[in-house]
Amino acid sequence: MAATAGRAEAAARVEARGVSLRAGLVAVTFLLVSLAIGLAVGPVHIGVGEIVRSALSYVPFLHVTQPLGAVDHAVLWELRAPRVALAALVGGMLAIAGASYQGVFRNPLCDPYLLGVAGGAGLGATLAIVYASAAAAGSSWTVPLCAFAGAIAAVVITYALGRSVGATQMTGALVLAGVTMATFTAAVQTFVQQQHTQQLQNVYSWLLGGFSTATWHDVAICAPYIAASSLVLVLHRRVLDVLSLGDDEASSLGIDVGRARLVIVVAATLGTAAAVSVSGLIAFVGIIVPHTIRLLCSMSYRAVVPLSLIAGAGFLVLADVVARTVLSPAELPIGVVTAFLGAPFFALVLRTSRAAR
Amino acid sequence: MHRLTIAVVVAIAAALTVVSLSAAAHQGARATHRYHRIISLSPTVTEDLFAIGAGRQVVAVDNQSNYPKRAPRTSLSGFTPNVEAVANYHPDLVLISYDPGNFASQLKQLGVRVVNVAAANDLKQAYGEILQLGRLTGHVKGAKAVVHSMRTNLAAIVRSVPKARRHLRVYHELDPTYYSATSKTFIGSVYKLFGFQDIADAADSAGGGYPQLSGEYIVAKNPQIIVLADTKCCGQTAATVGARPGWSTISAVQHHRVYGANDDVASRWGPRIVQFARAVARIAKQD
Repeated sequence: MAATAGRAEAAARVEARGVSLRAGLVAVTFLLVSLAIGLAVGPVHIGVGEIVRSALSYVPFLHVTQPLGAVDHAVLWELRAPRVALAALVGGMLAIAGASYQGVFRNPLCDPYLLGVAGGAGLGATLAIVYASAAAAGSSWTVPLCAFAGAIAAVVITYALGRSVGATQMTGALVLAGVTMATFTAAVQTFVQQQHTQQLQNVYSWLLGGFSTATWHDVAICAPYIAASSLVLVLHRRVLDVLSLGDDEASSLGIDVGRARLVIVVAATLGTAAAVSVSGLIAFVGIIVPHTIRLLCSMSYRAVVPLSLIAGAGFLVLADVVARTVLSPAELPIGVVTAFLGAPFFALVLRTSRAAR
Repeated sequence: MHRLTIAVVVAIAAALTVVSLSAAAHQGARATHRYHRIISLSPTVTEDLFAIGAGRQVVAVDNQSNYPKRAPRTSLSGFTPNVEAVANYHPDLVLISYDPGNFASQLKQLGVRVVNVAAANDLKQAYGEILQLGRLTGHVKGAKAVVHSMRTNLAAIVRSVPKARRHLRVYHELDPTYYSATSKTFIGSVYKLFGFQDIADAADSAGGGYPQLSGEYIVAKNPQIIVLADTKCCGQTAATVGARPGWSTISAVQHHRVYGANDDVASRWGPRIVQFARAVARIAKQD
């Protein structure tokens, strides 16, 4: 009974149209406003007019003089701007990956960390922090690279484990394999961490995640992966709609289910791994953002996938603004903010949309 | 005859007095030398014990106690201590700085004396702890000498810094994500001796003493001296700090007043804080 209802809903989803112009405009406006707030707000006060003139001074042939002193200039363009850019990239990636996983696994509670990305990245980062030589520890490459490698390795093992069960039960087996992998990596990570208590603080602050030390270097490391991954996922938005009908129906509609699923999972995983490797583990974004879009806008993945990318970017930029201003000039871990802001917001959306129906 | 009796009585009395006095003296000595099988599960306490001359009474120290080299380092953990593993050394006194779960009360049930020498928040408390360890181990004189030497050395070091350099803005870095220490912490109290202004103070609304600062706040505050307590853990140096985006505008970076401290010395509250203060003074004085 429930299965029939679910299938009917999924069929309606396939019939539904993609992103409406209005929804697209609202999402883009939300992102632009978030980016502006991200640039304008911080412990150091820099006026909006000065920020605009400072930005214009980089445009050739306009002849706008740089209004900011060396310190304010460094604060704005070398500390705050990369932070905003990184938060936008990571937020967009986590949200679009969350939406895609939810589609592939037909499970609304899937998040981007489902297949062991978080555990693998956490283990990789912990090993790097604990065992890296002094020279390697000083490099800005060491921890992101090890976290990335750990995330990819964990997902590859999860996939192999899931496949070994057999293709018929693929999605369920993959989810269980992901849980197994997450538990196992968490165990090893905790063991390594307990053996090196003097590094506990560093491991802990990486695991909590955040953008407090973001640089353009971090942005450059993850941007190519996130761009490529997002592009693939956006191009597969129709396939996700068809996959939501179920494997048999999707096959009968001419889709190579195994291949499509693999492509989407690989793309979402690569992007998530890149995002996590520079930002640490930031929870809830991948669940809250896609669901909010489903409730406010459309159930169709043709809308959910691209809108998640845009809204996720805006959401994490705003969350980071809260993280760096609420206790200013001290920092609050961003994971606290995403959970604290996201959960009640989600509840509110759930209530109002149910009431409207 | 009568005189002889008196002489004998006096002699016996004298002898008895001497014997009882010496016995009392011996007992007194034993009272202060009660503990001979000491375990230290705190790196700072280990440094204190060896500095005051109680090192020979120490049978085991925890895995983080890496100074002095001759300390009997074991695999015992002060962070996740195990009662059985500690009891296996048959200690008569266990010194800890951290008491997770029921560790101390369980050890007490086994008849072992446990003293919690908590992390000091200022120099006064650190001196008090050294004197306390002196009483516990029977090295009161040694402890007093260590405290006296710390006091006089620190005073001389502070005096060596010219008045014009006594109000520098200091940023003390605990890790590369900008966790710092306020003047309410032990290390902050050392900076306070110099008269430095700790830039972390404004960020500690919760009062925990160790806030995480934002990068733009540090750059805007423009500290005149930066002390890195994340050289061993995280490979930070004056060079890596200078290379951080935006940090080249900071006075401390421009005037080479970035001191890469030994993480251990900067995070403990023992006698080696004098060496730390001397190095900080050298950085503060240089042009």
